[in-house]
Parts: sequence; structure tokens; C-alpha cells
Amino acid sequence: MTMIHEHDFGTPASKKSEQVSLEIDGKSVTVPADTSIMRAASMAGIDIPKLCSTDRLKAFGSCRLCVIQVDGRNGTPSSCTTPVADGMKVVTQSEKLDRLRKGVMELYLSDHPAECATGDECEVHGVAKKIGITESRYAATSTHLDIAKDESNPYFTFDSTECIVCNRCVRACDEVQGTFALTIENRGFEARVSSSGTSFMESECVSCGACVQACPTGALTEKTLLTIGAPTSSVITTCAYCGVGCSFKAEMRGDKLVRMVPLKDGGANEGHSCVKGRFAYGYATHSDRITKPMIRNAITDPWKEVSWEEAISFAATGLKKIQAESGRNAIGGITSSRCTNEEVFVVQKMVRAAFANNNVDTCARVCHSPTGYGLGQAFGTSAGTQDFESVEHSDVILLIGANPTSAHPVFASRMKKALRKGAQLIVVDPRVIALVRTPGVVAAHHLQLMPGTNVAVINALAHVIVTEGLAKRDFIDARCEEKSFKEWEAFISLPENSPEVLEASSRVPAEEIRKAARLFASAPNGSIYYGLGVTEHSQGSTMVMGIANLAMVTGNIGRKGVGVNPLRGQNNVQGSCDMGSFPHELPGYRHISNADTRKIFNDKWGVTLDSEPGMRIPNMFDAALAGNYRGLYVHGEDIAQSDPNTSHVHAALRAMDMVIVQDLFLNETSKFAHVFLPGTSFLEKDGTFTNAERRINRVRPVMKSATGKSEYEVTCDLSTAMGYPMSYGSGAEIMDEIAATTPTFAGVSFKKLDEVGSLQWPCNEANPDGTPTMHLETFMRGLGQFMRTPYVATDEKATRKFPLLLTTGRVLSQYNVGAQTRRTANNIWHTEDILDLHESDAQLRGVTDGSWVKLSSRVGETIMRARITDEVPAGVVYTTFHFPESGANVITTDFSDWATNCPEYKVTAVEITPSAQGPGAMVETHIDGDVQLASIIRMANQIAANFPATDAPEVKMAHHIVQFWTPVMIERLHKDVDKSLLSPIALKALEVMLVAK
Amino acid sequence: MKIYVPGDSAAISVGADAVAAAIASKVAGSTIIRNGSRGALWLEPMVEVETDKGRVAYGPVSVEDIDSLITADFMHGGAHKLSLGESEKIEWLASQDRVTFKRVGIIDPLSLADYEAHGGLVGLRRAISMSTEAIVEEVKESGVRGRGGAGFPAGIKWKTVADAVSDQKYICCNADEGDSGTFADRMLIEGDPYTLIEGMTIAAIAVGATEGIVYLRSEYPYAIKILQKAIDIAHAFGWLGSSVLGSKHAFELKIRVGAGSYVCGEETAMLESIEGKRGVVRAKPPLPALEGLFGKPTVINNVLTLSTIPAVMADGAAAYKARGVGRSLGTQVFQLAGNTKRGGIVEKPFGISIEEVVNGYGGGTLSGAPIRAVQVGGPLGAYFGIDKFETSLDYESMLAAGGMLGHGGLVVFDDSVDLAQQARFAMSFCALESCGKCTPCRIGSTRGVETIDLIIQGVKVDENKKLLLDLCEVMTDGSLCAMGGLTPMPVKSAMINFPEDFTGEVSRR
Repeated sequence: MTMIHEHDFGTPASKKSEQVSLEIDGKSVTVPADTSIMRAASMAGIDIPKLCSTDRLKAFGSCRLCVIQVDGRNGTPSSCTTPVADGMKVVTQSEKLDRLRKGVMELYLSDHPAECATGDECEVHGVAKKIGITESRYAATSTHLDIAKDESNPYFTFDSTECIVCNRCVRACDEVQGTFALTIENRGFEARVSSSGTSFMESECVSCGACVQACPTGALTEKTLLTIGAPTSSVITTCAYCGVGCSFKAEMRGDKLVRMVPLKDGGANEGHSCVKGRFAYGYATHSDRITKPMIRNAITDPWKEVSWEEAISFAATGLKKIQAESGRNAIGGITSSRCTNEEVFVVQKMVRAAFANNNVDTCARVCHSPTGYGLGQAFGTSAGTQDFESVEHSDVILLIGANPTSAHPVFASRMKKALRKGAQLIVVDPRVIALVRTPGVVAAHHLQLMPGTNVAVINALAHVIVTEGLAKRDFIDARCEEKSFKEWEAFISLPENSPEVLEASSRVPAEEIRKAARLFASAPNGSIYYGLGVTEHSQGSTMVMGIANLAMVTGNIGRKGVGVNPLRGQNNVQGSCDMGSFPHELPGYRHISNADTRKIFNDKWGVTLDSEPGMRIPNMFDAALAGNYRGLYVHGEDIAQSDPNTSHVHAALRAMDMVIVQDLFLNETSKFAHVFLPGTSFLEKDGTFTNAERRINRVRPVMKSATGKSEYEVTCDLSTAMGYPMSYGSGAEIMDEIAATTPTFAGVSFKKLDEVGSLQWPCNEANPDGTPTMHLETFMRGLGQFMRTPYVATDEKATRKFPLLLTTGRVLSQYNVGAQTRRTANNIWHTEDILDLHESDAQLRGVTDGSWVKLSSRVGETIMRARITDEVPAGVVYTTFHFPESGANVITTDFSDWATNCPEYKVTAVEITPSAQGPGAMVETHIDGDVQLASIIRMANQIAANFPATDAPEVKMAHHIVQFWTPVMIERLHKDVDKSLLSPIALKALEVMLVAK
Repeated sequence: MKIYVPGDSAAISVGADAVAAAIASKVAGSTIIRNGSRGALWLEPMVEVETDKGRVAYGPVSVEDIDSLITADFMHGGAHKLSLGESEKIEWLASQDRVTFKRVGIIDPLSLADYEAHGGLVGLRRAISMSTEAIVEEVKESGVRGRGGAGFPAGIKWKTVADAVSDQKYICCNADEGDSGTFADRMLIEGDPYTLIEGMTIAAIAVGATEGIVYLRSEYPYAIKILQKAIDIAHAFGWLGSSVLGSKHAFELKIRVGAGSYVCGEETAMLESIEGKRGVVRAKPPLPALEGLFGKPTVINNVLTLSTIPAVMADGAAAYKARGVGRSLGTQVFQLAGNTKRGGIVEKPFGISIEEVVNGYGGGTLSGAPIRAVQVGGPLGAYFGIDKFETSLDYESMLAAGGMLGHGGLVVFDDSVDLAQQARFAMSFCALESCGKCTPCRIGSTRGVETIDLIIQGVKVDENKKLLLDLCEVMTDGSLCAMGGLTPMPVKSAMINFPEDFTGEVSRR
């Protein structure tokens, strides 16, 4: 393996299309207008010496090494700041220039260590050598060679003695990351880089690493570079944290990972990174890793290390026994959104082919399943419409229920760049997230709604646009279904959808809604970005459809700068959904009831697939408690910590007879497992991840598997042991099978990915190079469909007993359940989950800042530390669920989205009381009664309420249930439910279903 | 009875406030007007009394002189040992050709009536009646060049901004007068602020700008106060605001106070400072005329440039360019300071010699010792010995002589000056004021000080002189802006014109 070197052209590429021809050192060069002379020269293979310029940053012109001469012009301008001009004749080498460069370098060397700790990493010595000078003639009595290092950051050091004040770090922090944490202190000779007058750790620095990456010397250096030494080889791979999917060069020294360096060529991140991807990879080699399979007969027994063969055989025997006793539907599997497309594909294949049922679901169930449903209904497919770069072309950005600076930091940096360039921002969030006001960014509107009232706000926005005549009729006429628009138009124009009426629910001032609606409707390019604050609600799917409506009514689909963009939580949420992880869908979002689709797989796999949808995750828990679901294969997901109403989840897991967990660590779920199959970290995988912009990125192994096996191999072994032999020689082979069976992936192969870097699906004969922007001329479904979205208040209401609403989210340094980040130095920033509450709520309850509080809901209680803040309004409290000790999900309920059962994590009625001690002390509630029946009744009534009452809702409801529910659940709905508990529409739907039968 | 006691900072610094207070308390029925200074600073505080034959001057007046002045009936022009005669006939003043400074010292600075009575607003009214193209053309035709130091033709700069397409354009007046030995910007603002406002308003109309900013240094508290009052009055009068003098043009004017950085007088650093950032120089291109303040097309002119515009517009380009020599047309407001007998403002057409200013107007040194050197053009200007005194003070001749006109300051030194120390001062001034962005200026200035110190100490003199000259080349040709680029000018001129001071021997004369 060799080192991958990305050439630095010195200044960014020009976006001009006009071409300019000039002569550099006698060589003819043609480049786009506005290209710098430095870049033009570099493109022609002429390297002009430089220190302060790099092509990730705007030209600065401070080092003065890149001086050149231009025929007919005075002086020696810097080539980085001088643009090319037609017919220009440039000289980059002359006696004069040589003298100037040596003179400048002499000055540098007069205040720089003779030898640098990072050796060749320091460009000062490299450039000095290149221009032929090694020493300075100056006596140099004043220097900066005795300044102490700043070692406060866990990942990098700042050694001011090596700093040449080129400002690259400061500019990277400003231009690339947009945090403005760094500055130059003092002026003249005393000008020094400063993390704003304090240590890096104490500063605003978010440790994204952009400054370290930008530094041409050893002043800012990864600590691992100093401890491990210079890398000798590198591999391009993809980060395994959030759905941004950044490309990195994993730089190795022997078999040791020295550092992760963001890839300039990476389509998603274009050379940027965040603290997690850049630095927090230590978990991959953490001593907590389990590398040997383990089994036990009962969850109260100790684990026993066994061979792979024994573990697989033990698991298969257990699962087969269950199927023999309770039927083939009594087992199932959960795929992982952290794993590769190839691993996910194989797991769902095992469930469908070897388990012979459709009981496969994925952790996307609890995050973005409403996106799948909503966008599928409106546009015809479940995916964001744009690439990330698109945001830089937006004029107005509507950000709903997402906190990108914490959860999608690299995308947030792009968004901030667009905002600094003048785009306007509308934030819809109960909390004052950073983007409401942060250096360089002030949101035009913050619609601070009450949790659970998203649909009220989106309807009010659409109401204003339609009733004030701001709808883009041309777009609607050309691109959308006329009938659906007319019906929706009539619906949304109803007074009940006006901001004035809905203000009572949402608490957003009507006038603010009207202004925001006008701003969004008036934008030449308006884009919508959203996160789990949209989906994790009882009306998550309705909200997604409301968002799609808003995009269509304003004509914001089908070009750069617009679109509907779900920000995906996990690295491969998009991919795991694409790969057929949902119980009702085969790969490529094709319903299991479709015989043509089933035939493709039946033929390929040599099986007969079940045509009925299988169980969703919460259905599995309900069925387990009902006694007819007894075996579960959980792949890389910690349901015991991440899923809502922990009491319910734990009770269900305890009720099962064979729980198989495949993971890196003994996670919370493994406490209920009988078989533990060790997994591989992303550094050991060979496959692909698909990010939130549908970009399929390669994941390449940089080290060998710690377990001796790849994860898909283990899945195949289990499948084989279950009686359905599977085996693949490589990840590439699995992708070939995906491509052969899934039309949107038809053109994807590892070979092509290795050639072009990445591909955005659909990638097929019609779009051989992939599809950065979707729905260009027509929607995937043909015409766009407007869906009526009545606002139905959640049943989860603040009460006298539980008067506050809890909403949950993420912090920058931790990730999801924290299994990865808690095993890194990231803990320095966030050591525990904190409960945020407003001062007035705190005072009322005698809670002081930093004290322990007991947080309780109707399903459980826990203790955590309180933080008094005005980031939440009175009546709303907020926390994260990164730490199992605090167990925030003990509090959350199993209320869920009516269409997809995505949990309502974002709204839980709670009460807070001061606590003498902490943390933890979780109290689960006892689960008894017919939980499954109760869920069926709640879900049926919820579905009934969500179809417009005027338009045969019972027919739509009946259709919905048949499409998504398992036969067992439908049967219980007919047979076991006390009909007096069902709403009139639900009752009518039952009749419709009976007639249809 | 009108008595004029200048309220100008220079006059106040030598007791004008106390003099004004004393007169007010002792001379019943007097109306004291705090005019600007006429610029004969060695006569300050110069008290003037309005009499039948015009204004009669006395000076320099101290509080102790008031009683004897009253006894001498100065209120009616009575003779006194401090009598200077009729103000208009004081030779030092009468021999000047005041265009930019024509009202300074004469009018009540904040009286709009006084301003108009002395020809104010004529230029603006004429501009409003013209097409914007015609205004730009007239300014181009006049040959007015930037008075800040660079001497770039104002009309061409205006044309660039006028031709730029943008939703917003700005006029920025650079009043960060940081050069040692210069004070004309301050005196103009304190003595005739409306002229600057009028000039900026004309510029705004000409290029299509609607907002103006005066970047005024914090070291000028009186100027800040007076200009703010003048802006408020102009606003109330309907001159500034949404409709300039009832025309279709809108113009708002604000003051932005500097924070004590010399380099913020460099135009791009000034823009950074106005934007609220560190005062650091920007690389050009882009030119501020195209991407200036907040990235919008911006006219940046010095106080004197903008204050010359009303006269150009009132009297026409032809009248203005009739003065001067070669491509240096019109008048220059010279500021004579340092070791001089008669310091102050000398406004004369370009082409007057150093000799005429320094010995003619200045009358030699204050110390009485022979003149040894004059530094022309501020701290970054060249040092000339008396052998160069016949050099004409215009842009081209100064350049040919290895110097520059700069902002028009001349600082006189007698024969006690050590030019090696002055060269060291130039480098240490640069080290102190460098923004720290580009390497030649940031590190070079400090290395310059160190190297000159070695020369002064006699350490490896020839080697270090060579190193110093090499450094001068790197700074001149390698620096990002004029700060580092011009610092070698005083250094090299001192080395060339006064080589005897760079021998490394302690007793060189």
C-alpha cells in the first residue's frame, strides 16, 4: 500500500465557465476565468512555492513566497491573489523572484525551530529546501521559540513555536467550519494564533480538525502523529458515524492507524470533518471489544467463549427449535444502519430466505421510517432529493426539527457557508438551537413551536402560501396531480389551518408564521432540511407529507438549491432502508405483495417468498410479550438502550428464548442475549455505506478483522446452519447481487465505485453516473401527489401529574447510544446526559443549576443532572440518551407514528423533582396485560384519525392496514378487540376489510 | 461684537479654551465664535476681532494678555504688541492659494448660514443639476488625485465604482490621519466639516452610493464631536437623508471611530475595521472600488480629496487644473511640522519647492540650529538633505528623487539628528504598527530594527548594511501593502543621503 497524496492547487477552483488562455514560463495554459495564477500554474505542472495558500481556503496573500512577474505590469504580485487574464505572460522563475523568495524564507527561518517535531510534515523546511536556502543571516534576538505548548485538546497539540502565522487555521475555522473559534492575537511581530485568548479546550473550538488539516507546519498536530510516527500508507474509506458519510484517508503506519484525514475529493464532505469522524475512532481498537463468540443457556448464566462453529450451531438449533414449536413467524431479525449495505442485504436475505418470513426490520424504524412512508407517497421514493452541495445554491433554507451543528456537523458547515453568503434561514424547533444565532448566522425566523405540533405549523405555512396567492401554479400544473392538488388546496385553505387558529396549539405567533411563509414562498430557491424532530412524532409521516406539499406548492423540487432533505442519523440509515430492511418491502422499496418483484428474488434465491408483511420492531416486542415471538437476531443495534419505553423492551427481550446479538461490545441488549457474535469495526469492513444524499461510498478494510471473520460471513454461516446455504467471496459479490435484483442500483459495482469515488442512486442505464438531484423532469412516481395532512394532536399531553414536555436530542461529541464515542476521549466534552430546563420551571420546583433531579413519566423514572438554560422555553425540558446510566428511554413511551410506528421520542409528558443523589437509579414499570392488543387498538384509532374525514377514510385505513400489518395483527383486530374501544371510522374500516376478503 | 477664538485642537492645546473663557468673562457684549484655525500654528491662539475694516488678528494670545488687550481696545482693532494686523493681509496666509482650505479658520464651523455665505453648497447644487456621468467626467477632467498618499486619480476611481452594478454602494472617507507631522484632515474637519460632507455627498450622487462612512481616528475627539454635530445639522436641514436637498438622491452618513491602529489608515484594513473585524490588510484584487465595504463597490478617498471636490464642482474643472505642474494639478495642503519656526498649513499649487516651504514659510528651525534633514510624506517618507531642497513638491518629482509626497507632511530636523536612529525609528514604527499579515512586514520590520542596531553598534557593519538593503528589497517588493512596502523608503533614503551616519562609529561628525 502507498500513501495517497491529494494535490494542492493552492487556491480553490473557479466556478466560471468562460475560459482564459495565458502563458506561464512559456507554457500555454487555458483555465476558467478567475482562476488564480498559482492554480493555473499548478494545473500546468508548475509548482510555485507557497505556505499560506491551500486550495480549501480563499487566497490570502500573506506569505509572499508565491510572488511572480507579469509582462507589462509593475511589481511582483502574489500569484495566489492575482487572477489570470487573457494573453497574460507570467514568469514564475527569475533572479529577482529567487531573491525575494529567499529573502522571505530567511525571515521565516529566523523565527522557526531548526528542526521540527513532525519532520517532513513541516512545509517550512520543505519549501526552504526547494528554493535553495537552509539558514538565515539574521542575528534574530527576538523570537517566539520559547512559547509553551497547548496540550489541552485530547486529540491535537498547538505548538506556537512552529507557527508561521499564515492564518490557515484561523481561515479554516472561519471559512470551512464556520465556528470562528480562532483568531490572531496582537499585531506585527507579536501576532500569534490564538484560540481566542484561552486554551483550545476552554475555547469555542469544536475539534473538527480543520485547523490541524490546514496547518502547513507542526504547530497544530494530531497527537497520534507524534506518538505513532509518520504514516506510511493510506486507504480511502467512509466514516461510520452520522448520515453525512464523510470520506477519509485512513493513514497507517504498519498496522497502526495514525490518523483519519478527510478526503478533499470526498463528495459528501469535500475535505471537511467533525470531531467524531476525524478523531473519535479509538473505540475500534478499544479493549472492551469482544472478539470471540460467546453463548449461554440463560441470560442469568455467565458467558462462555466458544468457537464460531459452536456459537453458530447453538444459535441455529435454538431458532429452529422455536420455529418447530411456535411456527416459522416466531423468529426474526433486525438489520443495522451502522453496517454496510452488503451486510444489511445479507441479513434481510437470511430472514426472508432462511427464516422464511418477513420479520425483518431495522433501526430506521425508530428514526426515519416516516420519511420512507411520506416521501414514498408524495414523490414515489424514500430519499432526499438533493446532494449536500445543493444547499450552497439555496436562497431560503427551512430547517425543521434538526440540529445540524451537533448531529450533522460537516453538513452544518456547508449550510453555514450558504448562510454567510446571504441565504436566509427559518428554524422550526422548540429549542433555541445553535443555528438560531451563531457567529456569522442569524436566523430570519425562529418558529419556536411546542413539541408535537409540527403539522400545525407546516399546515399554517402552506395555508398562508395558498390563500395569499403565493403558490407556484406553473410548477403545480406541470408536475403534480391536478386532483390531489385541488383537494389539498381546498383542505389547506380551510380556516382551521390558518396560522391564527393554529397558534393556540403551536404557540407560534400567527404573524411570524405569515412572514416566514412569505419569505419561503418568495425565494428563487427554497430548500427544506429536516431531522428526527420531524419523524419521531405521532404524526411523523403526516409531517413528512406536509413538507413534501410545501416543497411542491412553492415549486421547490427538481433543481439545485431546492428540495426535501432528510438528515439521516446513522451512517447507513439510507442504505439499510434501500436494502430491503423493512418488513413490507424488498430492496429498492418494492412492496412484498408485488408478485413481479417477488419473482425476481424467488428466481435468484431459489425460494418462495412470503407475500405478507412481517413484523415491525415494536410489533416484535408486543408479540414476544404475547408469547408468539421467541427468537431474535439483532445486528449492530442496541435496542435495549435506544428504543423507547425501556420497561417494555426489556420485558419483551426477557420473554424471548433465543436472542442473538452481533456487535462490537457487550451492549445493553446483550444483557438479554443467549448468543454473542463479535462484530467488526468499520475499519475492518469491505463494503459500502449510503449517506443521506443517496451517495454510495466505499468502505475499505484498513486492518484485518479482529474476529477473523467478516460480518456477512457470520450471517451466511447462520443462514447455512438454518438450512439455507449462503456464501459470498467478497463484498463486491454481494453488491453484484444487489445490482442484479434492484433496478435503482443496477449500475453500481465496486469496480465502478473504485473508478469514480462514489455514486448517488438511482444509478442505472438511464443514469449511469448516478443522480445528484432527483425528480428533475418528473417525479419517481410520475406526477407529484399532494396529501391532505389534518393536524391531530398527540395523545401524549401535559397533565397535572406530568406537566412538562420532554423532548430528546443529541450533542456534538457523543453519538447515538454512545457505544462508540463513550469509548473515546470525546467524553471530555460530555460525561453524562443532562436535563435542560427553563429557569421558571426550575424555580417552581426548587431545582438549581447542576443539581440532581428525578425525571419521571407515566412509564418510568430516572435521575440526571439539571442545567438551567433559556435554550428551552418554559414547559419544555430536553435531554440526550447517550449514556446507559441515565437511561433516558426509561421515560419515553411507546406511543408512535400512526403510519410507521416510529416512536414519539420527541414528546413525553414528564415531571421533575429535586433529588438528593444521582445519577441513574432507573425505575422501570411492570409490564402486564395484553400489550399487543392494547397496541393494536391504539394504532387502529390513530390511523383512523389521520385520514381526512371527508374522503372515505375507512377505505384508506383498510388499505393501509393490509399494506403494513401482519396477518396475525389483522386477525386480532377483527377477533379480539373490544369494538366499543374503536372509533367509528376504525369500525367502518373493519367492515371494508371484511368485504374485501 | 464678534470675537473669533479658534476651537481647533491645535489652538486648544496651547490654551485657546482658557483665552476664550477669559474674554467671555471680561469683555461684556462679546460674541465669541470658535472658528477653526487658519493654520498659522505658531500664532495660536490667534484671536480675531471683527472691525469696520474687517477682521483684525492678535496672537499668540495667552490668558495673561487679555487685560492688556482690553486696555489696548482690541475689541476695535486697537494696537497691541500681539497685533498681527488685518487677518487677510498676514503675509504667511495671504501668499497661499487656498482652495481646499478656503473657509477653514474663517467661518463658524457649524453655521450652515456661514457656510453658504462663503460659497458652500454651490458645488453640490450644481452636481444635483447634472447627470451622474457628467459629475464623474468633471472630477476626472479636474485631475484631482488622491491626497491620502497614493495619488490615484479620483475621477477614475469614481468611474469604476459608478460603472459597477450593485444593489448597494458606499463612500468611505479615510480620516485615519496617522502620519506623524500631518494634521490637515483634522483641521479641515474641525474648521469646515460641511465641506467634507458636501464632497462625500457629491461623490455619492456621482457613483450611486446611498451610504457614507467617515473612518475617524479616536485620537481626534474634537473632530469626532464637531463632525457628528455637522452631520446631525445637515440631516435636520434636509441635506443628508432620503432626499438630498430635495433631489431624488438619498445619502446617509455615519462616523466610525478607529481604535488606534496606524495600519487602519491603509484602505483595505480600514474596510476590515469598519466591518468590525481586526484591522488587517486585504490582498488586492479585488479592488475596493468593485468589492469594498461588505463586498460592495466602494469609493475610498481621503478627507482632503473629498473636501476638494466642492470647489472643483463649484468653480469647474478648468479653474482647478489651471494650478499645479505636469500631472500634479491643483493645490496641495502641505503640513509643516517638526523643528520649524513657523509650522502649520501651507496650501499652494503643486510645484513649490521644499526650500520654499521649509525655509520660506517655515523660516528655518525653531532651535535656530541649521536644518539637516526634512522628511517628506510622513513616517514612511524619505529623508532629504539640503542638497535636495530645490526639488519640486509634486508627485512625479518626488518619486524621481526617491521619495513621495504622501499626505503632504514635511517634518524638519536640525543638525542634531542622527539618521541611523531615524532609520531605526522607521523600522520600529513598522514593527509597532504592522498588522502582522504578510511576512516581510511582520518579521522583516523587527529584523530591520535588530540589524540597524548592529550597524549602530558597529558590528559587522558592511555585512549588516548589505543585509539591511536586501531586507529593504524584500519589504519593498514583497510586502502586501504600503506599510511594509514603504518602510524601506526612510531607511534607504537615510542610508543614501546621509551615509556618514551609518559607519558604525560613535562620533561620526
